Amino acid sequence: MNNSGKSILLVGVGGQGIIRASDILSSVIMDAGYDVKKSEVHGMAQRGGCVSSHIRYSDKVFSPQSMKGGVDLLISFEKLETLRYLDYLTPQGKIIINDEEIYPPSVNMGEGEYPSNVLETVSEYFKDVRVVAASSLAEKAGDKRMANTVLMGALSVHLPVNKTIWEEALKRTFSGILATMNLSAFGMGRNV
Amino acid sequence: MKKLMSGNEAIARGAYECGVSFASGYPGTPSTEILEAYSRYQGVYAEWSPNEKVALEVGIGAALAGARALVTMKHVGVNVAADPLFTISYAGTNGGLVIVTADDPSMHSSQNEQDNRNYAKFAKIPMLEPADSQEAKEYVKLAFDMSVHFDTPVFLRSTTRVSHSQSVVELEERIEGEDKTGIFHNPAKYVMVPARARVRRVEVEKRMIEIGKFAESFPENKMELNNTSVGIITSGMSYNYAKDVFPDYSYLKLGMVYPLPVKLIREFASKVKKLYVVEELDPFFEEAIKAMGIEVVGKDIFPYTGEFDPGIISHSITGISAETVTLPALSLPQRPPNLCPGCPHRGLFYVLGKLDVFVAGDIGCYTLSFMKPLEGMDSTICMGASIGMAHGMSKALKEKGRGKVVGVIGDSTFIHSGITSLLNMAYNKGNSVIVISDNSTTAMTGLQEHAATGRTLQGEVTRKLDFALLAKAVGIENVRIIDAYDIKNTKKVMKEELAKDAPSLVISRGACVLLKKKQKGTPVKPFTVDPDKCIGCKMCLGLGCPAILWKRFKDVDDSYKKTKKQEGISSINTFLCTGCTLCQQVCKSGAIGEVHDNE
Repeated sequence: MNNSGKSILLVGVGGQGIIRASDILSSVIMDAGYDVKKSEVHGMAQRGGCVSSHIRYSDKVFSPQSMKGGVDLLISFEKLETLRYLDYLTPQGKIIINDEEIYPPSVNMGEGEYPSNVLETVSEYFKDVRVVAASSLAEKAGDKRMANTVLMGALSVHLPVNKTIWEEALKRTFSGILATMNLSAFGMGRNV
Repeated sequence: MKKLMSGNEAIARGAYECGVSFASGYPGTPSTEILEAYSRYQGVYAEWSPNEKVALEVGIGAALAGARALVTMKHVGVNVAADPLFTISYAGTNGGLVIVTADDPSMHSSQNEQDNRNYAKFAKIPMLEPADSQEAKEYVKLAFDMSVHFDTPVFLRSTTRVSHSQSVVELEERIEGEDKTGIFHNPAKYVMVPARARVRRVEVEKRMIEIGKFAESFPENKMELNNTSVGIITSGMSYNYAKDVFPDYSYLKLGMVYPLPVKLIREFASKVKKLYVVEELDPFFEEAIKAMGIEVVGKDIFPYTGEFDPGIISHSITGISAETVTLPALSLPQRPPNLCPGCPHRGLFYVLGKLDVFVAGDIGCYTLSFMKPLEGMDSTICMGASIGMAHGMSKALKEKGRGKVVGVIGDSTFIHSGITSLLNMAYNKGNSVIVISDNSTTAMTGLQEHAATGRTLQGEVTRKLDFALLAKAVGIENVRIIDAYDIKNTKKVMKEELAKDAPSLVISRGACVLLKKKQKGTPVKPFTVDPDKCIGCKMCLGLGCPAILWKRFKDVDDSYKKTKKQEGISSINTFLCTGCTLCQQVCKSGAIGEVHDNE
């Protein structure tokens, strides 16, 4: 079985900036000289439902989405969502988790339980797990909504992409003060 | 220059590069972004038509005038456009006509999973199917060349995974074609009365034979001979999935999925030991190949339903899955999509869910209101079905149905295919109450303009359809306009209209909250719950607003406990709250109010 290339999976909840992050991620990988494909599903997912985005890179990529057991890096923007996608990881897969809880409707209404032991469960089955307080770091950098940029910073150390390529991409994507803030958020994520 | 593009952006780019200057369509996931991207190119004309039938007729008109026209829609949109589709196949297209059908295997955002390759065979129209964005761009050009050369409409079929995945595309300059537009009188070809249609009918069969010959040498029907112990016939995204897990096998990748290159398939089959057909949804290739007397394995091992991925193909062929960590069975709370905080549909469906009525619903964001806790919708079949269904139900129920049947439809959906049903209800003396939940946009697909928004796809100010005047014109005398954010009045008006023995139209007005955010209107004043006043009655939770949270006393200070029975208090996420006031309206204890600056 040869699931060629490297596979990254970003998961979380609609509204967390996952698609934006995966746009930037795939463009820096292209700028670093790789063939890259990415895939996500729009539509219903934008209404607060689950969002996932596959990014795959190699010299030549065929499928834009990975299979179960094929993902090398899982970046979870929301704690609970991590658990939904663990079967996508290879047994050696790395996980980066944003330490943020967003309650699904059933929990909001007091009818369901938000799992209390997400980090313990994940760490029991995977060795390489890193928890990032992305939202509070983003707040320090100036705006909580830049949690996605912090997470890209944390992810960036695992990728064969030069830091300057990332910084150029952030400067291209954001202008003025937003660019400065995002660069700062990215740096914080990179140093956790 | 290289650029990462979605399949949809690439289709738009391909049309632009090959000089297409005319496009029409109706929004529908996963096709919407094609026309949006195309409409932003300089010097082109693009329009949102009210529905796919009109969009295709508009495209046909442009093509008969000698233009090259692109028409886009989602798979179920082709059902709406099917009437002109089957006959333009007879008449031929003069200029060029390419119809994009974006199918949705796995129904990520659709009510069914139909495989529109069947339309190609059914309507006798050739169909191309790209596998990634670069091919999407190139195949549009090939499709227009074929359309012009064979005087036929041509389908370009995409799927969600092709439309919404991004891959690297090499951009080229636009080549402006020679202007060949004019008025061409050719009644023998364009007036499809029986005598002439019979003549054209024969021409269609001749044309399909010619295109079949062309398919044999069509460069995008590609044979890749590697390890010949296994051969795979496939197309579109399935090719990528298969190549991902079996890069060394031999492939026949069909860029043209109809008509099939019969000789090429025979040749490929003769060169490989074991032959598989890898195709999502229907056994479209498989049946044709089996009918050629060729032994092939297909749906015996591959699923009929849902989209594939590399793992599904690998497991179907080898019986082995990739190694994963064995995890315990986790029961996780689901996270279904939800109406946004501040959504104008919420109050209406809160009221409808509490009335003793059957709510025939329709397609849009508001379809989500069928879920708990609103439970304000009883049926959803297709675009525009609500009004006809409500009328039919009332007629069948006679007296039993008096005041018990409501049809609800969104503004864009009403324009798409609700107008004729409303006319029908008036004409046939129905007595249902129809509600247009008017949020001033096409929200579900991402805020597209329509005939009642006052703007065109390309941003020009235009005339604006007046629903109330339209209803009066078709013969509905009871027309009420209500504020979508006034629960008490919504309930009152619904009860009054349901009591009448005549058809009514209620227009519930409130702009989509995402549209308001985009237009950056009045600043949002979020609300908060006063824990000293909250009695834990959970009335506000009945709205299903994502901004309202329930906090149990085991997690929050229980000094707020007022009665023995009280288990917790509500709270509002001020980051999400838009201050729509609905929760304040349903709160029994006056605990909800605006956040004050000193808090």
